[in-house]
Amino acid sequence: MSAMLKIARAIDRVNGLIGKWAAWLVLAAVLVSAGNAVVRKSFNLSSNAWLELQWYLFGAVFMLCAAWTLREDEHVRVDVLSQRMSPRTRVALDLFCHLVFLMPFAVLMAYLSWPFFMGSYLSGEQSSNAGGLIRWPAKLWVLIGFAMLAAQGISEIVKKSAMLGGHLPMPNHRPPAEDLSPAGNEAGRRG
Amino acid sequence: MIELIAHNLAPIMFISVMGLLLLGYPVALTLAAGGLFYFVIGVGLSDYSNEINLFWPLLRAMPERVFGIMSNDTLLAIPFFTFMGIILERSGMAEDLLDTVGQLFGPLRGGVAFAVVLVGALLAATTGVVAASVIAMGLISLPIMQRYNYSPTVATGTIAAAGTLAQIVPPSLVLIVMADQLGVSVGDMYLGALYPALIVVAVYCVYILALTILRPESVPALPPEERRLGSGILSLLAMLVLAVVLYVVSSRLLFADMIPATRIVFASTVTVIVCYGIALANRWLKLGWLSRLAEEVVIVLIPPLALIFLVLGTIFLGIATPTEGGAMGAVGAMALALAKRRLSWGVLRSAVEATAKLSAFVLFILIGARVFGLTFYGVNGQVWLEELLLSLPGGQAGFLVTVTIVIFVLGCFLDFFEIAFILVPLLAPVAQTLGIDLIWFGVILSMNLQTSFLTPPFGFALFYLRSVAPTEDYDDPSSGERLPRVRTGEIYRGVLPYIGMQFLLILLVIAVPGLVTHYDDARQARSSAPVSQSESGGGSTGGLNFGGGSSEPETNGSSDGGGGLNFGTGGSESGGSSDAAPSDNGFNFGGSGQSAPEEDAPADPGGLNFGGGADTGGQQPDSDGASDGTGAAPEEENDGSGSDENAGGGFNFN
Repeated sequence: MSAMLKIARAIDRVNGLIGKWAAWLVLAAVLVSAGNAVVRKSFNLSSNAWLELQWYLFGAVFMLCAAWTLREDEHVRVDVLSQRMSPRTRVALDLFCHLVFLMPFAVLMAYLSWPFFMGSYLSGEQSSNAGGLIRWPAKLWVLIGFAMLAAQGISEIVKKSAMLGGHLPMPNHRPPAEDLSPAGNEAGRRG
Repeated sequence: MIELIAHNLAPIMFISVMGLLLLGYPVALTLAAGGLFYFVIGVGLSDYSNEINLFWPLLRAMPERVFGIMSNDTLLAIPFFTFMGIILERSGMAEDLLDTVGQLFGPLRGGVAFAVVLVGALLAATTGVVAASVIAMGLISLPIMQRYNYSPTVATGTIAAAGTLAQIVPPSLVLIVMADQLGVSVGDMYLGALYPALIVVAVYCVYILALTILRPESVPALPPEERRLGSGILSLLAMLVLAVVLYVVSSRLLFADMIPATRIVFASTVTVIVCYGIALANRWLKLGWLSRLAEEVVIVLIPPLALIFLVLGTIFLGIATPTEGGAMGAVGAMALALAKRRLSWGVLRSAVEATAKLSAFVLFILIGARVFGLTFYGVNGQVWLEELLLSLPGGQAGFLVTVTIVIFVLGCFLDFFEIAFILVPLLAPVAQTLGIDLIWFGVILSMNLQTSFLTPPFGFALFYLRSVAPTEDYDDPSSGERLPRVRTGEIYRGVLPYIGMQFLLILLVIAVPGLVTHYDDARQARSSAPVSQSESGGGSTGGLNFGGGSSEPETNGSSDGGGGLNFGTGGSESGGSSDAAPSDNGFNFGGSGQSAPEEDAPADPGGLNFGGGADTGGQQPDSDGASDGTGAAPEEENDGSGSDENAGGGFNFN
């Protein structure tokens, strides 16, 4: 079990690092997009490469942060019923759903994304917009994102099993994350 | 038995996956897994029912669909506005506004309540985050209202209701997502929501005014000793007059030769800078021209108002697309926070991280909904649902009332993102069949969702307020009196009048579609004139027709045809393309028009999503576009002129 937990922690750390790093791309996307808007208005210039860059960045944000968001348990849930369950039931339910819902989806998507990415990479596919960017990096996010999600799934499964087996403490009733802004909290809880 | 299941796979799937959501597992993953599960079943049963069009190779389109979501420019506005909201919230804007506006109105009877509603509206137009507004007002205004003996029900109800304004006042995320899912332009959606949002604010104010007359004891005026900034309304009025004069003079004289949109921008900029400059000079040089009150009000109110103009004004004037507006707003918010010395590394980090997580979960719900949709459309689920909804009695009104009730009930349990991503694409075609304007429909849905935030026991605005309202009697530090705790029942009773008002307002919007559809008038006028020219072969007018048409009910159908036209969608993709149509139609082509959509097509058969991006197609330089006046249309017009290929498309769309 402890070896498994080590792997789980390693996955957590890597996904967390990638996620926290990728989060900064939000700022980059904001700056790129605002810059585009200003340049477009004031100099009547527009470059497809820069326009595409903003969604490449945003794509990287949500694909690369998904696993981290799962780790932080901030994917929205409908908790009308589950908030009445005991922590143990909830952990067991999560374990079951990770196995049956998350893993098939993430693994299948990662599997399907491989030829999707390789095809683009090998053919050197270019954006169809004049002066656009090369396509494979954006397709790479899809592949990496789902691979990370699958890895995070493994980590979550290990951790939940450890909780049920008594190797890890049960989670408390979801503590309100004080360090998050209300907006972040709201984001985590609902819209 | 198997045949029975095969023939009823759509309802079975819909109901069981919705049921699975109640397990409390992340919505995005539940949807995706449910979609995959029924995909497998559907392929297995496809021999038993010819309604099922599922086969394994269809799965291969899935990464393409994720990619399509990624390349959608409209959705980029989500992280931008979220980021802007979080930065503003951290910069303490809510506190400053409440304090100053409270001072301004405090001496009036019901003044603090008016201040809460107005600040709620201002925050809604800038931060757009319900939780942040409710919490800020709960922390700042609630103690003041309690101290001066406001009725607790009035105080709590007003705060919760004012907080939910963020859902309906542009640039709300609800409206962006709704526009994306209905396949209409976000700019039109904002325009459409503008009057209903203002009416909501006005009705709240009228309610408080009525209270001051009917139950004056529940909304007392602040006593004189609370007037920290003193009086001095006169110099504030003088400033207002000065601002109007400046605006008129500068727009008539200085910038008279400019096109209208640019003139408004420049004239407002001059006005704002001069007024702000006077107030600052008054403060730092101690000129004594203005009263303290006027100085403070100008200094505190101008930055958020300027920001609102920067974002919404430029979008409404058709100068910026909503995505660009969001990015500019985010930069503006950072500048504001920097000016207040509240932009630290930590604030920035928490803002990008919260934004990234929000983006991840929202976009993954969309991905999950797409996987669900692939199967659901593959088993002809949309046909089932359409028949079900069309069989409702009462035509348009019956449909709208039913949807209102269903969304309202669902809104008590589900997030608006889930509702928007799952239900809206299914409802949109039915709405179109009934001849309902999609923007009107979207605004009605948004108002519904706003109301569901207020409704006990699951209304989320109530949760936020409960979390900051005192749960025990406490000693008020400034007056030394003992103030009573706020009971949950008081909050619930407090919002009841507001829920009532909301319902009446939804009925009003249903009864008077003109409140929303005015967005179309300018367009209609513009697009009808050039049509005649287009017969003489103007490339640009083709684009304009398309722009005009895209806001009309027929859009969905016609852009479906457009999909066929531009992409030559393969038969094997039928499930996929019909799924994508309701959510990604219309404007995508406008967006990709400038980049010659035909080129996309061979490379991406799944790629209805491909053009998915530019909602108003505002990526082109639009030098002549702006000369057309207001609205987002100028940019589409320009798109057309940017690429001749689109002109052909333009004819077909209308």
